[in-house]
Amino acid sequence: MKTSRILALVLVLVLALSLTSMMVKAQDMTVIKIASQSPLSGPQSQLGVGIRNGVDLAVQQLSTDLMDMGYEIQYVPYDDQATPDVGVSNAQAIVADDAILAVIGHLNSGVAIPSSEVYNANDLVMVSPANTNPLVTDRAYPTVNRVCGRDDLQGPTGANFADSIEGVESVYILHDTTAYGQGVAEAFQTEAERLELTVLGFEGTEETANFDGLIQPILALEPDLIYMGGIYSQFGIFINQAAAAGYTGLYMGPDGFDSTELAELAGDAAVGVYFTSVAGPASLYPNAAQFIEDYTESFGEAPTPFAAQAYDATAIALAAIARAAEAAGGVPSRADVASEVRATENYEGLTSTITFDDNGDPEIGLYYVFQVTEDGVADADGDGVADWQNELLQTLEIPSPLMAAAMAEMEMTPEATTTP
Amino acid sequence: MESSRKAANPLRQLVGWFTTPPVTGHWSYRFILYPLLQIIAFISVIALFLSAIAYLLAFLFPEPRPNILLLQQVNRQLPGMIISGISIGFVYAMIALGYTLVYGVLKFINFAHSEIFMVGGVIGFEVMRRIDDAGFIQTWNPVLLITTIVLAAMLSSGLLAVFIERVAYRPLRNAPRLIPLISAIGVSFFLTDFVRAAQALIRNDFNLTYPTNDLEWLRGAIPVAFGEVTVNVKPTSIIIVLGAVVTLVALNFFVNGTKLGRGIRAVSQDQATAGLMGINVNRMISLTFFVGGAFGGAAGTLFGMNVGTITPYVGFIPGVKAFTAAVLGGIGNVTGALLGGLTIGMLEAFLQGLLVYFPALGQRYTDIFVFLILILILIFRPSGLLGERVDEKV
Repeated sequence: MKTSRILALVLVLVLALSLTSMMVKAQDMTVIKIASQSPLSGPQSQLGVGIRNGVDLAVQQLSTDLMDMGYEIQYVPYDDQATPDVGVSNAQAIVADDAILAVIGHLNSGVAIPSSEVYNANDLVMVSPANTNPLVTDRAYPTVNRVCGRDDLQGPTGANFADSIEGVESVYILHDTTAYGQGVAEAFQTEAERLELTVLGFEGTEETANFDGLIQPILALEPDLIYMGGIYSQFGIFINQAAAAGYTGLYMGPDGFDSTELAELAGDAAVGVYFTSVAGPASLYPNAAQFIEDYTESFGEAPTPFAAQAYDATAIALAAIARAAEAAGGVPSRADVASEVRATENYEGLTSTITFDDNGDPEIGLYYVFQVTEDGVADADGDGVADWQNELLQTLEIPSPLMAAAMAEMEMTPEATTTP
Repeated sequence: MESSRKAANPLRQLVGWFTTPPVTGHWSYRFILYPLLQIIAFISVIALFLSAIAYLLAFLFPEPRPNILLLQQVNRQLPGMIISGISIGFVYAMIALGYTLVYGVLKFINFAHSEIFMVGGVIGFEVMRRIDDAGFIQTWNPVLLITTIVLAAMLSSGLLAVFIERVAYRPLRNAPRLIPLISAIGVSFFLTDFVRAAQALIRNDFNLTYPTNDLEWLRGAIPVAFGEVTVNVKPTSIIIVLGAVVTLVALNFFVNGTKLGRGIRAVSQDQATAGLMGINVNRMISLTFFVGGAFGGAAGTLFGMNVGTITPYVGFIPGVKAFTAAVLGGIGNVTGALLGGLTIGMLEAFLQGLLVYFPALGQRYTDIFVFLILILILIFRPSGLLGERVDEKV
């Protein structure tokens, strides 16, 4: 009895002491937090962890301005599990924390769209490194921005390229029924029909293991190319099984295919797969050499796709917070930060020079077409992971819809410039 | 009464002859020829029935989409759909056996069974991967290699099922019906996350890809000509069929031809009386779990080899489908599980193959039709296709 009372007293004392010490510390420096949301667990975690690492590195390297102004920058990563429900409940936790002034995320458009409703209702700015669904920015929310391209331009990029491949006259389209996969597949379909390619089928599937039944009609229809709107974790397995079942045509996918895991899952069948992307590998960008070095040193692996975009998104957010803090002469409001992010002009990032249009799209988006090569599937450095050194076939600079409309108004032809 | 009603209906008598195991005759007929004939008959009946429906559809809708002649597509796809239906059907049948055996003795649905199936797939992967890492995979005889992998998966899944029964179900044996059901769901969640955590620690990845691409004889598809149509049959489909047939014949012998099997049948008929007759009821229940779990494990690794990649989440959908198959065939009835599994598998393959041509529906409606047919069958035959025919469960 007596010992437990003494124990309780000691506990209370320890608690009180630690509380006061925390308060003292909090008075020292005002804390500003940056949150990120991406899948850190589950089948898509490879890309999600890359996003977290990119944000982490940017916060470590780029918060000196704000620290000089007397703020402490903390980084809080959240795991959205690539699931809309989890993303939204995380978003509610995020907006409840007043110290969080910006969110970097998500990986999946299907998660970003409902979660950003929560951010927008609370004026919290979101800068997305990877969400390509048109609806993400077409809602014209002042808080929602992205540093990457859009599916309604990425899908057509794929369709145009497919049309340019010799011998491709018919396509079969599959998608994973998510906002992202179905959206990009529909954009591909519309453009393919405009280009008079024969669309032999348009099917959504949530199957993740046994594609035997789905492959039978494809074998019978003999399309020249299968387009798959979705993520490597599902369609890598599909490609493996389709090749084993004797399909000999071509494969194409969107940026969800940009992962070494595709080579792992599809095996040798991955060689020759085309994919479009809104985010090239960091090695593609001239400014990113230092970033690749720092990233590899900090996390022990080369940056995954979207890691550099996450770094850029964080850099834009941090710069906007610094500007807003200066203007406000103290901790800025969330709305101030949001309008500063939107005002970002000619930001020289690792991946591109970014100016946001009124909807939060970059005015000029970069779109790439890659093909998986033997080198991409091979594991020359022996780390047990495919090297993913793939061939860049095409780079397109395409203006966002708002920008294109503005250019058309100025009687400029919004033609895509092609560099070989 | 019952026998006179049977005699009145010749069709019923025929079905009865086919689904009730023979108790007389030479052992090679009872335990090898008869079950093989039964499997072949089931496959033929289902394939004929579904093909007839496919041709009927082709007759009713000759051109469901512009420039697509349904008849031509059905002709081209028929062999492929039947083969993929058989291979997934056997997987469902083998999982369904686990549900049905346990239901037979305990009158309870083991909802953790889908995870036992998944663990079988993971163990099969680990064994194959380790053989590959040790460098033996090219030199081993294919039959020896597959047998080793399947036996390892069967043994570990069987033991896991016994362990789960001991820990999660036996203490609840006299509790109300719902309690072990909740316990089963808990075990199911636990196993999924346990395997995920374990694989994350061992391999830092839980997309477990079978090293089938390293083996020339497993990778290449075998072209088989059916008239004008050539179908590429995957070697793994053949392995599934062979593996399933061998284990199903062995199960039939075990249940109907051995003393232990008689013990299981006795316990499923009447636990208390079986106990009074000197049968160790607990041991028989453990044995049932072992056999059911072993079948789930074998199905898991055969499925894994066929699809190439296994994750800790892979068990749920096949588990639900196999449970449906068990109910469709008549839960508690071993022959029913086989028939139900093959029916669901083939039906699914045909729907996935043909719904593409009806743009208003599409492949995503496959499951809706499968479950619609389940509902229809249960309305007209509430105890499943074969349920009421069998006097003794298991």
